[in-house]
Amino acid sequence: MIRTLPTSKTYNRLFSLYVILYFLFLFAPLLITCILAFNDSQFPSLPWKGFTLEWFTGNLPERVGIFHDQVNLDSIWVSFRVAFFVTLLSMAVGICGAFLFEQEDFRFKQLLYFLMLAPLVIPGVILGISILLLSNTLGTYFETSWGLDIELFRPGFWLVVLGQFSFIATLVTLVVSARLRKFDRTLEEAAMNLGANRFEVIWYITLKFLRPAIIGAGAVAFLMSFENFNTTLFLVGYQATLPINLYLQVRDGSTPVINAISFLLIVGTSLMALTNLYFSRKAE
Amino acid sequence: MKFEPRAHKPYTTMKTQKRWALLFFLSPVLLWLILLIVLPQIDLLLMSFRFESIDGKATWSLANYINFFQEPIYWLTFVRTAVYSILVTVLTFIIALPLAFYITKVVAPKFQGFLLVLLLLPFWVSELVRVYGWMILLRESGVFNHFLIKLGILQHPVEMLYRDSTMILGLVYTSMLFMVVPIVSVLESLDNSLIEAAYDLGANMWTILFRIVIPHATPGIVSGSIVVFMLTLGNYLTPNLMGGKNSLWFTEQIYNQFIASFNWNQGSAFGFLLLVLSSIVVWLGLKLSRQSLKKVVQ
Repeated sequence: MIRTLPTSKTYNRLFSLYVILYFLFLFAPLLITCILAFNDSQFPSLPWKGFTLEWFTGNLPERVGIFHDQVNLDSIWVSFRVAFFVTLLSMAVGICGAFLFEQEDFRFKQLLYFLMLAPLVIPGVILGISILLLSNTLGTYFETSWGLDIELFRPGFWLVVLGQFSFIATLVTLVVSARLRKFDRTLEEAAMNLGANRFEVIWYITLKFLRPAIIGAGAVAFLMSFENFNTTLFLVGYQATLPINLYLQVRDGSTPVINAISFLLIVGTSLMALTNLYFSRKAE
Repeated sequence: MKFEPRAHKPYTTMKTQKRWALLFFLSPVLLWLILLIVLPQIDLLLMSFRFESIDGKATWSLANYINFFQEPIYWLTFVRTAVYSILVTVLTFIIALPLAFYITKVVAPKFQGFLLVLLLLPFWVSELVRVYGWMILLRESGVFNHFLIKLGILQHPVEMLYRDSTMILGLVYTSMLFMVVPIVSVLESLDNSLIEAAYDLGANMWTILFRIVIPHATPGIVSGSIVVFMLTLGNYLTPNLMGGKNSLWFTEQIYNQFIASFNWNQGSAFGFLLLVLSSIVVWLGLKLSRQSLKKVVQ
């Protein structure tokens, strides 16, 4: 049953088997993707034809490795830039949100709190289309009323940033709020008594306390933005982000270059996740 | 930084300071929620009641909603998506509960952290990469077929992808994490002595499961189920890549209306219906389990 109770051997064995099978199920697709990135074959499938690094470094007409694949490299760069701005924006607004809901009092606070949670209940696809609709409405309005053609209202880089920011900010708000709730407010009072004003207190004391949560939320925000597909799909212009670009390639048939990119993504995100985990453990 | 000790500030400066702080925090949040959440949803709702006739004149009408109920393909896809999302949620729960129990209560404590990290790791990787991995495993020229033929179990390769069952598998796989993590965190607060006491009084495994473990884990189960249901309902990638042509998912209908047919009014109506469905199910889930959204989120 549980550790402290006597249990039969079969029970323990069956339970362990179940967990092992689950982890096989969990890792099989990722492992096979990584392995086939090094297969010396034109297709991402078995049989194994020998080890090669050409899907990374190759620059032959029939075999362009990821390091020479301009389209994919461009989309990686776009994703990086999108994720950078989304992280920056959602951290700034998310921190404001955390202070607003934890430390301020105002009318309609409950209502606003539920609005802040709304992005969790709205499917990403709906967020995407609704923001597309509004930007289109605004764009048409500005054009017909004032003859202004505003780039921001067309599908493209900044609309993708705004679309992703709209729900990632909720996440940052929640993570930072959770930490802010544990903050001992007598520290603030002490600082106030010593003559600090509200903003000095926040800058020198509260934000220092919040730092682990802010860094953790930032890392999660970056990854969520980097990998977002559902919302981005409707807002993307000619600059495709990496998930959109990969999706188009996977849908229309695939080459081991996708495995090579996946391998880099798996290694990269795992390292980032482990570092994040390490620092959050250390902070505790 | 050294603060100069000051005399007590007059009450009014404190008050204006407080007002500035409120304004400073409130304005970005208001801008975000009004411009990116409230107004777009209102626009979506308004658009769904507009109908463009052939000569390009837009009028207010219910045509888009009537169209939805008159075309079986639309509402059948809607019902199908809802039913399959519930099925995925139930399956995910059934797989996740023993796993969460094992990690919190059965395995030796020194492995606990390691197993948790191992559990979380794949979910940091993009959904697209995970789906792609399943495609390589399951397709006709895939790895499973290769081994099954090598072992002599199959004579000819079988297409395992593009079926409803594979789509369900993919959706369960994608949403596992959002069920396991909340259940693990509620089970951590379950006092072992409760289980021990029940055991000493002669309760068997199933009694303990249904009378102690599941009631205690309800908040986690509810929040996990809501998130899994929501994410499955709104998923586009997995049904599209693993489900094939027959496996129409409602988000695909929305995409088709927006991008392929360019009928934004119809697409808005579909979007709004999906939003209503997901809100109703979330609300029902909360009511039935007597939880509040605020509590579930924390």
